Amino acid sequence: MPKDGGIGASTKRREDVRFLTGKGRYTDDINIRGQLYAHFIRSDVAHGRIRSIDTSAAEAMPGVAKVFTSKDFEGAGGLPCGWQVTDRFGKPMQEPKHPILAEGKVRHVGDPIAVVVAETLEQARDAAEAVVIDIEELEPVLDMKAALADGATKVHDDLASNLCYDWGFVEENKEAVNAAFGKAAHVVSLELKNNRLVANPMEPRVAVGDYEDHSGNHTLYTTSQNPHVIRLLMGAFVLGIPEHKLRVVAPDVGGGFGSKIYHYAEEAFVTKAAHILKRPVKWTSTRSEAFISDAHGRDHVTKIELALDADHNFTAIRTETYANMGAYLSTFAPSIPTWLHGTLMAGNYRTPLIYVNVKAVFTNTVPVDAYRGAGRPEATFQLERLIDKAARELGVDPIELRRKNFITADQFPYQTPVAVVYDTGNYHATMDKLLEISDYAGFGARAAESAKRGKLRGFGIAHYIEACGIAPSNLVGQLGARAGLYESATVRVNATGSISVFTGSHSHGQGHETSFAQVVAEMIGIDAGQVEIIHGDTSNTPMGMGTYGSRSLAVGGSALVKATNKIVNKAKKIAAHLLEASESDIELKDGKFTVAGTDKSVDWAGVTLAAYVPHNYPLENLEPGLEETAFYDPSNFTYPSGAYGCEVEVDPDTGKVDIVAFSAADDFGNIVNPMIVEGQVQGGLAQGIGQALLENCVYDENGQLLSGSFMDYAMPRADDLPMFKVDHSCCTPCTHNPLGVKGCGEAGAIGSPPAVVNAVIDALHRAGHTHVTHIDMPVSPARVWAAMNG
Amino acid sequence: MAKLTMTVNGKTVSAEAEGRTLLSSFLREGLGMTGTHVGCDTSQCGACVVHVDGQAVKSCTVLAHDVAGADVRTIEGMANPDGSLGKIQQAFQDHHGLQCGFCTPGMVMSAAALLAENPKPTEAEVRHHLEGNICRCTGYHNIVKAVLAASGQDVSKIAAE
Ligand code: FES
Ligand code: FES
Repeated sequence: MPKDGGIGASTKRREDVRFLTGKGRYTDDINIRGQLYAHFIRSDVAHGRIRSIDTSAAEAMPGVAKVFTSKDFEGAGGLPCGWQVTDRFGKPMQEPKHPILAEGKVRHVGDPIAVVVAETLEQARDAAEAVVIDIEELEPVLDMKAALADGATKVHDDLASNLCYDWGFVEENKEAVNAAFGKAAHVVSLELKNNRLVANPMEPRVAVGDYEDHSGNHTLYTTSQNPHVIRLLMGAFVLGIPEHKLRVVAPDVGGGFGSKIYHYAEEAFVTKAAHILKRPVKWTSTRSEAFISDAHGRDHVTKIELALDADHNFTAIRTETYANMGAYLSTFAPSIPTWLHGTLMAGNYRTPLIYVNVKAVFTNTVPVDAYRGAGRPEATFQLERLIDKAARELGVDPIELRRKNFITADQFPYQTPVAVVYDTGNYHATMDKLLEISDYAGFGARAAESAKRGKLRGFGIAHYIEACGIAPSNLVGQLGARAGLYESATVRVNATGSISVFTGSHSHGQGHETSFAQVVAEMIGIDAGQVEIIHGDTSNTPMGMGTYGSRSLAVGGSALVKATNKIVNKAKKIAAHLLEASESDIELKDGKFTVAGTDKSVDWAGVTLAAYVPHNYPLENLEPGLEETAFYDPSNFTYPSGAYGCEVEVDPDTGKVDIVAFSAADDFGNIVNPMIVEGQVQGGLAQGIGQALLENCVYDENGQLLSGSFMDYAMPRADDLPMFKVDHSCCTPCTHNPLGVKGCGEAGAIGSPPAVVNAVIDALHRAGHTHVTHIDMPVSPARVWAAMNG
Repeated sequence: MAKLTMTVNGKTVSAEAEGRTLLSSFLREGLGMTGTHVGCDTSQCGACVVHVDGQAVKSCTVLAHDVAGADVRTIEGMANPDGSLGKIQQAFQDHHGLQCGFCTPGMVMSAAALLAENPKPTEAEVRHHLEGNICRCTGYHNIVKAVLAASGQDVSKIAAE
């Protein structure tokens, strides 16, 4: 049993106390004396040319400080894109300007045109009614394939076309892949959509800008997963504010799921407006605004083909994907359908030849970027749906077909044909574990029981791999990232032995204040209550890249281990001096430094006090104080994997699908806090099941968002979901980070959608509807019913 | 603007509010009690749930002036008199029923209303009752578990342990 507060313990979360008592401090809870309120006026058409904007009547209205348009931002840069993809011909992607406020054209419903800033929010809203905007409507570009046709209307007049890039991976393998298909004994193909989603963290985005005239210091409070990234992007590329004059604070943040990674127009706006008006300026998104201004996720249309030999070995995979970028390139958008998707197309299998083609397309819709899993759910969905389809066409068991092609435990490290090297894994073990925890053997009896009640029961399997812990900076630099992806930590040991840790990671629900403290407490052997974790403020934390891609523990935790190791090494030197022993003889255990083989010891606080009151101290060769910073840049991605099993009941009369059981057997490597890990998986499963059954972002033919509120966009609710069986006892530790951890934040959302759809297809096949080969997500009652009766 | 008085968590409070001010804004902006959250504008998410005269209501759908004189209870009033976590709050911490904490005030207030009415709910009853509260983080598993535990039921058999 691990000690409470140490590594491996389900230590209760300390942050919960403030959240449970209403004492959390979210961005919208911040009000600065004298603040003004910003109301954004957004385009209500998908595509149009702005003929004129008349703000004069609004500016004369009570309480109005100023009405802003793009004219007020003439010196500012556009919102930058952080990743440049090179196409398959060696040319850089097409990269349009993304202005803070629309310049000349509006390109999606929700595109901001003007902003009213007033003494109260009500006054700002009232005055917005008086801003007169004349727009000439243009034909909206919505369908991706039509957008690429010759002569199609262009979203960006100054670009050659609506094609952002045409990417091929691995381009050199293309001919070999085609040849393998020519020789294949079987070819199975599938066309599918990965439905567009809205991340919808429960806290809408908020930004508060503040400016101090006498010092020229700017402060931005914002709902961000990565305040340092915002400071760099906004400071250097948009507003031209040097880092030392710009503080970005992301306090308690109410969920992100990717949507709060990006630098958004509203952040730059409030920062600049506060400067111009010399008053704090606050903007709080409504949920309706969030639907048309937060980056969306997914939205891929794919054709995937699998070649097999006569023995059912996978010999090649070929895919063609259209990926919707929306109207502009959000911060990391180009990397999602490419490097976070193409590199995962090997899945858990030994397929020797793979070719992935992705065409990224501009349309008159909200920009699309990473959403929980980002690229990896799209890859997993294609592969795991296709393998199920192949098993049915070949008349073999889908589990056995997977097992036959799994990379085996003795083949690691495994070089895939799509660039990445998996360090560890054991896919047969996770599959075995899944069959055990889901009581797969008992499925037949449960299906018979369902049948008695007139329900069709099905069991769906999916196995996933993901690449987490992004990422090695030199590698992503070669792939087009315009940022490094290391993480940082400063460990400040205080004089009496308590510890303040400053991390570049950011917690918006992940519980770092608890789990990061467990790591430090374990390493030193002190009580976790002695360790405080501080994050989210660029003025006191070292430059870090923030939290996304399941990277906090794998990358941020590694920086923390590195910094703590430096502390321990220095503390041992101090202890050696105090104990008059050689440094190499000093052992640290349970917060006590002992001379090996003796009973001479000094406790942790004795050493820390000596560091800050250096009376008896080796000042000639050691600085006083005990504070260390480390930056950790990973040498590889981490590769969590797992087997997921979904059991559904389909109502044959209505087509309604109920998830009656869901089991997940994951391999996350080592685990610091099992309770938190289970929570992350459960939350990911809910989002993946939401995608599979409920959630769908729909535009009509005019580019109006039909699913623009919780009334029309079906979020998973408590009675849509079952209790989950979650297991993480399969453990192949990561070999290249000090904790041996892999990351667990996205797994649930990656592995569950294909498991759900496979279960529905299984139920229909068992009931004799063998003509149904695929149903697009969300698998709504209408779609299931139509498939059964079609 | 007119002055408005009500009892919040046992204390009489008053502040100015416009006729159109919602109870959620009155609590957050008028009284500076930011524990009550606003997660939507279509009365769908339940982040804003408080009790008015013992009934759970979505404070984003109630005009502040309409509840003048009422007895309002918010998340800030759910701890024990000594400041320790109340029973439901404690169960949420014990069973990891929250992650980002944004839905949590509404969840706790809805759960309290359920348990006041139905002290030993079934899992299905808990799920049904919480249908008006959206949580994007937890997948509800641990929230349901926490509510069952707060009702004094044994949850040790529930999966994912
Ligand atoms: S804020 Fe009241 S229901 Fe969403
Ligand atoms: S804990 Fe984040 S929304 Fe529920």
